[in-house]
Amino acid sequence: MTSTTAPLAVGSRPSAAVQAWGFVRRHVLDLYALLALAYLFLPIGIVVAFSFNNPKGRFNYTWDGFTFDNWTHPFAYPGVQGALEVSIEIALASALVATVLGTLIALALVRYRFRGSATTNLLIFVPMTTPEIVMGASLLTLFLNWKVPQGFGTILIAHIMFNISYVVVTVRARLVGFDRHLEEAAMDLGANEIVTFARVTLPLIAPGILAAGLLAFALSIDDFVITYFNAGTVTTFPLFVWGAARVAVPPQINVIGTGIFVVAVVAMLGNVIFQNQRARRAA
Amino acid sequence: MGRFLHARRGATPYLLLAPGSAWLIVFFVVPMYYLAKMALSQGLFPLFSFGWAWGNFGDAVSTYQTQFVRSLEYAGIATVAALAISYPLAYWIAFRGGRWKNLFLLLVIAPFFVPYLIRTLAWETILSDGGPVVAILRDVHILGSDGRLLATSAAVIAGLVYNFLPFMVLPLYVSLEQIDPRLVEAAGDLYASRTRSFLRVTLPLSLPGVFAGVLLTFIPAAGDFINAQLLGTPRQYMIGNVIQSEFLSVRDYPTAAALSFVLMGAILVLVLIFARILGTDRLTAGQAA
Repeated sequence: MTSTTAPLAVGSRPSAAVQAWGFVRRHVLDLYALLALAYLFLPIGIVVAFSFNNPKGRFNYTWDGFTFDNWTHPFAYPGVQGALEVSIEIALASALVATVLGTLIALALVRYRFRGSATTNLLIFVPMTTPEIVMGASLLTLFLNWKVPQGFGTILIAHIMFNISYVVVTVRARLVGFDRHLEEAAMDLGANEIVTFARVTLPLIAPGILAAGLLAFALSIDDFVITYFNAGTVTTFPLFVWGAARVAVPPQINVIGTGIFVVAVVAMLGNVIFQNQRARRAA
Repeated sequence: MGRFLHARRGATPYLLLAPGSAWLIVFFVVPMYYLAKMALSQGLFPLFSFGWAWGNFGDAVSTYQTQFVRSLEYAGIATVAALAISYPLAYWIAFRGGRWKNLFLLLVIAPFFVPYLIRTLAWETILSDGGPVVAILRDVHILGSDGRLLATSAAVIAGLVYNFLPFMVLPLYVSLEQIDPRLVEAAGDLYASRTRSFLRVTLPLSLPGVFAGVLLTFIPAAGDFINAQLLGTPRQYMIGNVIQSEFLSVRDYPTAAALSFVLMGAILVLVLIFARILGTDRLTAGQAA
């Protein structure tokens, strides 16, 4: 930095160094943001690149040559397919149930004033700020006390539980910015509450509900800690990866990881575009 | 207020709340009760008997003091690093993003759709002894010729920083995006320098986002065991690793349950202290302005 200030004293025309320094000063934040985004995508690049690796050993950590085999045979490694299927089933079911339960809570919190709303807010907020390991452990002691055998059902119960809060927060954000006059207009025109809800309210908050459902699905399919405590002998995809990390990491894991990434990004982009189009049509 | 609001004040909100709240009560609140009971129990798996065994807490803390201190230390450093990385990024998206804001936000979130464990394994590759980062750091003599990153505290903290970054960026972005740019302009019109208007206007207004971000990063980081397991060694193990192995390998549930409560208590105390500091800072900033 000191070398760039020196030429200023010598010549009256700003030198190249000064101009460069000025450029850097003006764009230092842009540069920083670019670097930060590069940092965010660095491990993703590694995951995608190593999905095309042809590792010699059991671990997919060093580059040994390019191949399409992992992509043409994504389920070649025993156990991967079953684990992924379990994860998808649980993610679908938990997202569905949590979205319904969470949307109802969001409606109650935004639409009505009632005794106990502060307590309900607390009930929504606390699970999001509790370490996952504590939630997983407490559910484990519950199932032990109630003598509930752990497995698919207990994983599903746990996933619905932690998803509800995120659904409430997402749907509520959408409901708060909602023009209530539209509902009043419908009711002035003779629609009853149920018809108003089905024909006016629901379509308007649908993007929020959809976003909440996608978020719940993503959280569920990626959950490791809570599942680890409550899975019994059932293996979800993250549990499979955890087990594999100790003995062997097949490149198929990278293929499926990349696949989940692509599907999630496409779904999110789809939701954003869908919302933009609706907004344009409404305008 | 609309007619909708007044229409049925009585039972409707409770009917809407009932199923979801019941789920949270039965599968979040009640388990906490059983965990507390377990923390005060004695015995061997699977026969534990409740008996106000307060000694569990003292034993747990004195046995695993190292891991406790380490967890809070790692989580603290990781949170500060995540804040340093995220604030300028969130600021840039909020004030320079223009009509591409949502796209940039999507870019920030997108990497986290790759499953957590796979992301962490990718960091294992990046930080490995044969990897590029170690090579560069050895070349510039930050690391010795046989120095390594994997299996060190640095690797575990780096993993924590990366894995919880969206929890920092998103709340920061939300609070920065809500700031009326005219307030910052007004500070400039009143001859405040750019640094000064940032420190006196933008920063204080974004503190709620800082608070939320710090909370949402520190809490999961302090309870994490995945990064220490995959990027570290038992010498970097955090309290999460201890709780996990006490529950799932050793099966000493009372100790593990006591550790869980001490972890939550420690987090709560630190969060309250932090809220206090941030609160008074904000107050004095407001008075000075």
